Amino acid sequence: MTLAIGCALFAGILAVSAAGPVLVDVHTAIIGAEPPGMAPSASHPLGTDTQGRDLLTVLLLATPQTLKIGLLAGAVGLGAGVLLGLLAGYFSGAVDAVIRTSADVFTTIPSIAILVLLATYIRVVSVELMALIVASLAWPYPTRAIRAQVLSLRERAYVQVAILNGVRGVELIVTEVLPNLLPYIAASFVAVVSNAMLATIGLEILGLGPQNTFTLGTTIYWAQFYGAILRGMWWWWGPPIAVIVLIFLSLLMASAGMDRIVNKRLSTRA
Amino acid sequence: MTIPVLDARGVSKVFRTGVLGGRHAVALEPVSLWLGGGPSTVTAVAGESGSGKTTLARLLLGIIPPTAGAVLYSGADLRALRGREKTAFRKDVQAIFQDPFEVYNPFYRADRVLWTAARKFQLAPPGAARRELIEQALRAVGLRPDETLGRYPHQLSGGQRQRIMVARALMLRPRVIIADEPVSMIDASLRATILDALGRQARALDISVVYITHDLATAYQISETILVLYRGATVECGDVELVITQPQHPYTQLLVRSIPQPAPGASWAASEPAPADGAGGAAGGCRFADRCPHVMPICHRREPPLFRTADRRAVACFLYADAPEAAPSEVASLTSGPRDLAAGSAAAAPDVAEGSGSR
Amino acid sequence: MTAPLLDVQDLRVHYGRSDGAVRAVDGLTFFVREGEKFGLAGESGCGKSTSALAFLGLLRSPGRVVGGRILLDGVDLTRLSEQELRQLRFARISLVPQGAMNSLNPVMRVRDQIADTIAAHEPRVRRADAAVRVGALLESVGLRREVARLYPHELSGGMKQRVCIAMAIALRPRIIIADEPTSALDVVVQRQVLQTLDDVQRRLGAAVILVGHDMGVMAQFVDRIGIMYAGTLVEIGPVAEVFAEPLHPYTRLLIASLPSLGGKRELRGIPGLPPSLVSPPPGCRFQPRCPWAMDRCAARAPEAAEVRPGHWVSCFLHEAAR
Repeated sequence: MTLAIGCALFAGILAVSAAGPVLVDVHTAIIGAEPPGMAPSASHPLGTDTQGRDLLTVLLLATPQTLKIGLLAGAVGLGAGVLLGLLAGYFSGAVDAVIRTSADVFTTIPSIAILVLLATYIRVVSVELMALIVASLAWPYPTRAIRAQVLSLRERAYVQVAILNGVRGVELIVTEVLPNLLPYIAASFVAVVSNAMLATIGLEILGLGPQNTFTLGTTIYWAQFYGAILRGMWWWWGPPIAVIVLIFLSLLMASAGMDRIVNKRLSTRA
Repeated sequence: MTIPVLDARGVSKVFRTGVLGGRHAVALEPVSLWLGGGPSTVTAVAGESGSGKTTLARLLLGIIPPTAGAVLYSGADLRALRGREKTAFRKDVQAIFQDPFEVYNPFYRADRVLWTAARKFQLAPPGAARRELIEQALRAVGLRPDETLGRYPHQLSGGQRQRIMVARALMLRPRVIIADEPVSMIDASLRATILDALGRQARALDISVVYITHDLATAYQISETILVLYRGATVECGDVELVITQPQHPYTQLLVRSIPQPAPGASWAASEPAPADGAGGAAGGCRFADRCPHVMPICHRREPPLFRTADRRAVACFLYADAPEAAPSEVASLTSGPRDLAAGSAAAAPDVAEGSGSR
Repeated sequence: MTAPLLDVQDLRVHYGRSDGAVRAVDGLTFFVREGEKFGLAGESGCGKSTSALAFLGLLRSPGRVVGGRILLDGVDLTRLSEQELRQLRFARISLVPQGAMNSLNPVMRVRDQIADTIAAHEPRVRRADAAVRVGALLESVGLRREVARLYPHELSGGMKQRVCIAMAIALRPRIIIADEPTSALDVVVQRQVLQTLDDVQRRLGAAVILVGHDMGVMAQFVDRIGIMYAGTLVEIGPVAEVFAEPLHPYTRLLIASLPSLGGKRELRGIPGLPPSLVSPPPGCRFQPRCPWAMDRCAARAPEAAEVRPGHWVSCFLHEAAR
């Protein structure tokens, strides 16, 4: 139930963000396009900012970008995590020791500090690069989670039977272990995407986001930069925050729902 | 001249636990076994939980390496096998496990284990021939192909699932099958059917079976020789008729007495056995010392070796210290059943003593 | 003849499912006298565990009693409310559940768990008194008093099982239902635990219903045995008689399939599978697998008849003997 609502909500946000940029007139988001500093009205449902940009247009352009970064970072982070987790869990020994220790070390490093460093160092930041930067610190958690699952799955009797049947190495991992990992991967995906988005938005609010693209975080940054809070221009920083909350709410519900499903399968298996 | 398919030479296993592997637990004391290569035999390995019987199974299957000793497959050490030799080993030595549910990957249909086996070992060309082979394998264990093919594990009963596993093992025409408690999770009336099918097929196909169990009654019914384990040590071994009907080791006697016979009146013996909370005898002594009604001082000081008390039996107990000690190869030949071992074959047993080759 | 302690009359338990109800227990009738040991024997899926739960009113949806009566000292348990049942459980009728070793709370000491059971029924009992009783209970099941302050994980399987027995007898119930109490235990420990149960039962004068599939254990432990098949009893009688001369074909084949240590012979099982409990065959449930089946076995289900004193069979082969 929770899963359904969460997924539906997220799907809704995705749909809006896909359709949005097509439906609006991009030109209204250029500096000076509209009268600046206007409160919400019929012609500008979310008002305009101090630079004369229509904020509804900005929002509809920003949301897909934020989602893109989060999903990309999540996918890359999870992909790396699954691969490393599989290798560590299946091969044990030195391989496991190296991967496991690295993951543990990276977990203890405050990611924000590293991300700030990276983002500051790399001057021109594009959306893709942003995703990569965030992904670089998103992999330790899924690595550990997947590794733990692989360690457990590896001991299952059906893996023994497959070995007796002559199945070895990569084929063994892919045909016997991987299918039973899918629920955990799905659950991890949601968690990783949430964390990635959080990190991204955090960086953007600090002003370290992609300079030339609209994202939810940079919108908030600019709002704060131009004193929108002091000026009471709630229509500038309010809507992005609301959208961010909705995104996280949907991800949270999806994650909780997944958790329940995965755990139910766990308990029936035991 | 018969070289055993599997030759376990004094294999033992010690598990290290604790920080930096400080503590260790001896799961299995050195055991020597010969399996396969001659006429089909059924050898029982009997013991309770913690006796080391599952560890022995895993050593024989090459799933875990021995701490000492070696398992040889047709003369070659298991650990050194690679590539084609390893595949040959996998085909020649098969296993049946205890839990009929855990052995199936819930993601796939139950018959996939049969198709994979046929494919990996090229048992028949793909298509009709392969299908025919699989259907035949199912019929050989009393299953109807139309009732079992295409079903998922949860749609089949425990008995059906276990029978498919037996069919899989037999279909590969191995030379040795290691059956680890194959029927302990099956209903009583079906146990007989499955064990009977396994026994018949094994004899027809010249397969030697290691029947690992805690159920002495079924062990008695289907095996020719038996090895009784207690806390990792072999306490008695030899001809099953002798060991079960006239047990010599106090533990075997206790086991046999504790079996609830399906005959009211053949009651559990009146003498109350000692409480089972003992943690084992003092280190270095007989493991059964703390529970043994016949314990003597020497039992606490030394671990009893196996004494050859009869032509077809050996007991590890100081009560029989007058009998000659049995060499490992003698022990192996005792449990390998009726066979004609070539005493001159260097690969078989370099330390064969006189008298071990004949029965 | 005095009224029996437990009188089960035509008990029916169904599990509701979308594609049709599973008739897990379909007409169970038997009685247990005071102080008697009765064995409810059968293979998996015969309905014995469901019956045990029904006796204690522990059935949970989708399972429910759809017919019949369970009379404990004349009181119909199926008609009682949950409140009333709770008062009876452990005090009059008690359970040693399957996998009992796993039903001990891992974070509570043994004495606290037993004391809890006592306190639930006797809220005014003082801690000191409860502690004394716990000690006495542990001794009565062959454990040292010191076990009281241990945690479950510090005990072996057999010891945990005996703690469960101690809990079951804490309030001196009139009847104890033991559902496969020794299935996970080694043969030696199994014997000890069952001898403990026997001892305890005799001293309390309580009746025991041993539910299980191990016929060897039944033969050694119970006084009377009931053989269940596909939701109903096919034979009931004194244990020695049933084993020596099984009357029902299923009993006969089942006993014949058991391995014994008295000489090697061919192992023969029962071909076929138990029937579907959603749509059981008309007539006798065992008929599809019965080597002595007659035409009328498929038409009508045989009724239980007392073929010998105290020995009931549901089979047309024995109709003439009535």
